[in-house]
Amino acid sequence: MARRNRTGVIWGLAAVLSVSAGAAQADSTITIATVNNGDMVVMQKLSAQFEQQHPDIHLRWVVLEENVLRQRVTTDIATKAGQFDVMTIGNYEVPIWAKQGWLEPMDNLPASYAVDDLLKPVRDALTYNGKLYGLPFYAESAMTYYRTDLFDKAGLKMPDAPTYEQIRGFADKITDKAHQVYGMCLRGKPGWGENMAYVTSLVDAEGGQWFDMQWKPTIDTPAWKKAITYYSDILKTDGPPGATSNGFNENLALFGSGHCGMWIDATVAGGLLYDKKQSSVADKVGFAPMPTGSYKGGPTWLWSWNLGIPASSKQKDAARAFVTWATSKEYIRLVAKENGWVSVPPGTRQSTYDSPDYKSAAPFAGFVLNAINVANPKGATEQPRPYEGAQFAAIPEFQGIGTQVGQTIAGTLSGQSTVDQALKTAQSATERTMRQAGYPKK
Amino acid sequence: MQDSLLQRVTTAITGWAVALLLFFPIGWMVLTSFKTEGDAVKSSLAFTPTLASYGEVLARADYLSFALNSVVVSVGGTVLALLFAIPAAYSMAFHPTARTRGTLLWMLSTKMLPPVGVLVPIYLLFRTAGLLDSRIGLVLIYALMNLPIVVWMLFTFYKEVPNDILEAGRMDGARVFSEVWHLLLPLTMPGVASTGLLSLILCWNEAFWSLNLTSAGAAPLTTFIASFSSPEGLFFAKLSAASTMAVAPILVFGWFSQRQLVRGLTFGAVK
Repeated sequence: MARRNRTGVIWGLAAVLSVSAGAAQADSTITIATVNNGDMVVMQKLSAQFEQQHPDIHLRWVVLEENVLRQRVTTDIATKAGQFDVMTIGNYEVPIWAKQGWLEPMDNLPASYAVDDLLKPVRDALTYNGKLYGLPFYAESAMTYYRTDLFDKAGLKMPDAPTYEQIRGFADKITDKAHQVYGMCLRGKPGWGENMAYVTSLVDAEGGQWFDMQWKPTIDTPAWKKAITYYSDILKTDGPPGATSNGFNENLALFGSGHCGMWIDATVAGGLLYDKKQSSVADKVGFAPMPTGSYKGGPTWLWSWNLGIPASSKQKDAARAFVTWATSKEYIRLVAKENGWVSVPPGTRQSTYDSPDYKSAAPFAGFVLNAINVANPKGATEQPRPYEGAQFAAIPEFQGIGTQVGQTIAGTLSGQSTVDQALKTAQSATERTMRQAGYPKK
Repeated sequence: MQDSLLQRVTTAITGWAVALLLFFPIGWMVLTSFKTEGDAVKSSLAFTPTLASYGEVLARADYLSFALNSVVVSVGGTVLALLFAIPAAYSMAFHPTARTRGTLLWMLSTKMLPPVGVLVPIYLLFRTAGLLDSRIGLVLIYALMNLPIVVWMLFTFYKEVPNDILEAGRMDGARVFSEVWHLLLPLTMPGVASTGLLSLILCWNEAFWSLNLTSAGAAPLTTFIASFSSPEGLFFAKLSAASTMAVAPILVFGWFSQRQLVRGLTFGAVK
């Protein structure tokens, strides 16, 4: 008896497994892969309304952390497995993937979509060979955050267009290590999207760049030396301890709990620092543009999260319906109605910034719009350059290079190496990677 | 021989210290799950407990469907691995050949390759076989992943059983199946049970394959946890709440079965 029961359990289990594997897929079910940043979480919540408007389309969500998502969707799209119908991808991936033929072009958009309303630098970054390959969900640039109370106390005034030298002076004056107040917080955690995003933009501001027109790395140039010396000095003198473990979130926590005098980072932090639930300095935050260095007018910082449709998707029409809905003016109005104007996804549409409601709800809106408009991702550095991108170089090899150089640069903060040693190491490592990747290609 | 009082006290203190040290991260995680996001990044212990993170986590994802997937794929993977490992270990323990030792080592060597090294081939195989985002696919990969360890553990347990007992069974006319089912398994039950438990825990905690081979349908609790960390915005409290919910079932299960586990791991058939 006992024996029969046990065999019964095994067969029952096998039956359960085989049934579960054969779960049916409805015809118009689309799978959406997205990151879990605040704006996407809102999108997921509001998507019930989309399903009401389109009763024949059902949505399935895969929400993952950025790096996990990147690995996941890259595997899928490179093997053309077609697990996803909508992917959330950065403006780094869009042109590279479009070139590979992995993405559906976003042409023939309806007039009501108002594609011209999308901010031009954002739209440009998603355009390959004259066609859009992704629609922007939200976009960000970078700006300077500072504590108005600390500036008042020290008798300082933030200029409308600060320079890096002025910023260093301010940082020295407001640093008060005895009370754990650090004049300058910056990203120090190694990674192409972490410290190297800021460092790339700083190097551009000092007239440097990643590669010259022959694709030779230019990390051993005076511009890089000036930028990295500044970065390393200011963080050692006025930065928080253990800066090499601080990325965006760690600095957000530090600034939000009152430990930073200034912080230069993504504009998306504006809304978060302004939120009294997350930040104890919500009423003491001031905003200023990114500081400038010796070279003005070069690329600064532009990142956008976009919705793209992989060429391997089997539900392209349904996917397109969702993508145009989630990036439309109507969607922005819907978020405003449900969650208030301060929560709308920023940085994509001129009409958002024309809205008086948005301007009054988000006092940093003007800075964000301005920062995006001058971000200049397709523009030139002081010397001509063969690649595009603002705080990154838009080539597939950059993820690896950026992360490797990021580790070397972090070594100058922890005292493992001097600036000269670090730049020399980074230069030769990058030269090697580029040679292995077959550059120069033309 | 009676231990002296000092010895007993030292043993107790050391035992508790090690236990607390091991438990600290889990305890901290549970504490953090009751904090607000702002409190979660402070190192202070003073905070007002809130269930907000749990509410947020439950509102954003369907916990039960992830948990069900976890149960199905962990149990399925373990059962499948045992189905193959029991006969394999039996044959290697009681009917060894000249190549048995080498085979055992070769099986273990498959664990030396980092999984990411075979991600693309496996992904392509799964794509062709239509196994992506299916529970059957995860059950297969989990069973294969744990098979070497399961075989090795069962092999060592079986080695403890004197061949004479099985021989006596054979004299009485037992065939191979009866030999394993009526003699070997009952004798080594604690060992088999602890092997199964270990395999179950390994499956439950496996994150690499489950993250890469599933999307929405078959995703287990490990992907549920992964959906709550974020590069832009604070997430420690939500992540802790999600992790607490993910480890809770296996923790409770482990607690109930700890006697089996300890007995199995210190097991000897006739010692």
